[in-house]
Amino acid sequence: MVMFFQQILNGLTLGSVYSLVALGLTLIYGILHIPNFSHGALYMVGAYFAYFFAGSLGVPYWGAMAGAAVVVALLAVASERLVFRPLRGAPVLHDMIAAIGLLLFLEAVVQAIWGADFHRLQSPHTQIVHLFGLVAPAQRLLIVAAAFALMLGLHLFLQRTVMGSTIIAMAQDREGAALVGIDASRVSMVTFAISGALAAVAAVLFAPISLVYPAMGDLVILKAFVIIILGGMGSLPGAILGGMVIGFAESFGAFYISTNYKDIIAFALFVLIMSVRPSGLFPGGVR
Amino acid sequence: MGRLLAPAAMAVALLFPLAVPNEYYLYVAALAFIMAISATGLNLILGYTGQLNLAHAGFMAIGAYGVGILTVDYGVPFWPAFVASGLIATAIGVLAGLVSLRLKTHFFAIFTLCVGLILSLVIEKWSDLTHGTTGLIGMQPPAAIGPIRFDTTMAQYYLVLAFLVAALWLMRRIATSIVGRSFVAVRNSEDLAQALGIDVFRTKLLAFALSAFYAGISGALYAGFVRFIGPDLASETHTFDMLAFILVGGIGTLGGPLIGAILLTILTQSLQFLQDYRMIVFGPLLILLVIFFPHGIVGFVRLRRARAHA
Repeated sequence: MVMFFQQILNGLTLGSVYSLVALGLTLIYGILHIPNFSHGALYMVGAYFAYFFAGSLGVPYWGAMAGAAVVVALLAVASERLVFRPLRGAPVLHDMIAAIGLLLFLEAVVQAIWGADFHRLQSPHTQIVHLFGLVAPAQRLLIVAAAFALMLGLHLFLQRTVMGSTIIAMAQDREGAALVGIDASRVSMVTFAISGALAAVAAVLFAPISLVYPAMGDLVILKAFVIIILGGMGSLPGAILGGMVIGFAESFGAFYISTNYKDIIAFALFVLIMSVRPSGLFPGGVR
Repeated sequence: MGRLLAPAAMAVALLFPLAVPNEYYLYVAALAFIMAISATGLNLILGYTGQLNLAHAGFMAIGAYGVGILTVDYGVPFWPAFVASGLIATAIGVLAGLVSLRLKTHFFAIFTLCVGLILSLVIEKWSDLTHGTTGLIGMQPPAAIGPIRFDTTMAQYYLVLAFLVAALWLMRRIATSIVGRSFVAVRNSEDLAQALGIDVFRTKLLAFALSAFYAGISGALYAGFVRFIGPDLASETHTFDMLAFILVGGIGTLGGPLIGAILLTILTQSLQFLQDYRMIVFGPLLILLVIFFPHGIVGFVRLRRARAHA
């Protein structure tokens, strides 16, 4: 029974990280209608910048996280201006190829600077928490708490602020939003900044219990894609729910089936679901 | 001028081994041709039919592993194993296509990316069959056909060249046939194609299976030529390499993948220090190409010529 709860905590941790990445991805999809393959590279760059700030400059963990979020947000905005803006109106295929180009470029640059080795990002929260006879590493609890706080913050931002409403308006109807005077390019930039920051925070939260390396974003981004397709492209609740589904499937699959194949579980589940329901679990993408 | 281009290129390719100072050039050229065969297959589904299949390297790996496993572990002679590998890759391609082609545009791209990842993870983890991360070694070069032996690099170069010519000839026949036209019709508009009485799903499945066949054959050639294969072969980086070849040369054109494969191979070879970091150049190159020259070199030349005539 203890092991069972342990798996629940693991599932929650993984699910929180995946949800944060998937939220950024689904936000961009809502605005631009492109699958941003370079999102995983932003996640990876976020972890590396935190590693650089914390390791080389001696900035504390939370400061490094904030720094990484700002850097990656700027990088995401730059990618919107330099890559996706010029491709507005081009076939979807071109956006996807350009996003792949960006992903390859960022991975190669990081590898050229920091090498292909694995790095470790230290967190100050290494203590173990004992709770109702259960053992939980503080970092895992922290991930879950931080992720839920961010999701709540994002929800409030989108629902309660004018800026947030413009993002939703543009996702619902681009032309309609333009007609009521919403500045499309400003909304795009803000959306990219938010999604980049979310990816960076997710990476910095997860890095202390995993590793930092150039290809670290590849699996995460693929899982995030799986999540947003399952949850309905562009749907925020779908991204969170899908993230949890994949997180739990993985942690229980690794425990009860095989750790060796744990990365396949998410994709096998996805292939299975998509074979039966090609339009995803929640077609229509509730908003 | 266009009519003279193919024979001229053929003559250059035939005389190339006589002009190079050492075998290394032949080796690199043959490798570029093998990749070009695979890229030609990817171009069929991507360029002609308009579906971004990101699992392509996986099918190439299936072809390579087919030859490797059958010849090394089961003692099957090379050519039967070669044919079997092409067919296995096609069969798995049909299965993957049956599931993935129900999805459209970016759903299809993401789904095939997952399929490719599953293929490469399975190859890496199923070590009883594939020897896992250590890879497969000990493959023999292609067996002699009658008096022609393939144990020198030069002989293998000509073998690969023969396959490349056959692959391009077949692709030309496909592209100019009614089937090829239905591929393009599906790319241009699925609704319109359907209105014309084209069975969209079957057309896409045929293109997918043919492209997997090209990938399988090219993988099988790769196994006989390089004689070492590892799970890396299935990684999406290889698909992205081929994507770059197609875009540089010209998407949806017959010669585009070959031109791209040759040019980018020359580029990476002349910038040796870039080997591991070639994506620092390739990545922005992909972006600049889709923004400014979405039809690659062939498209650019055609446009210039059309303007000159106008």
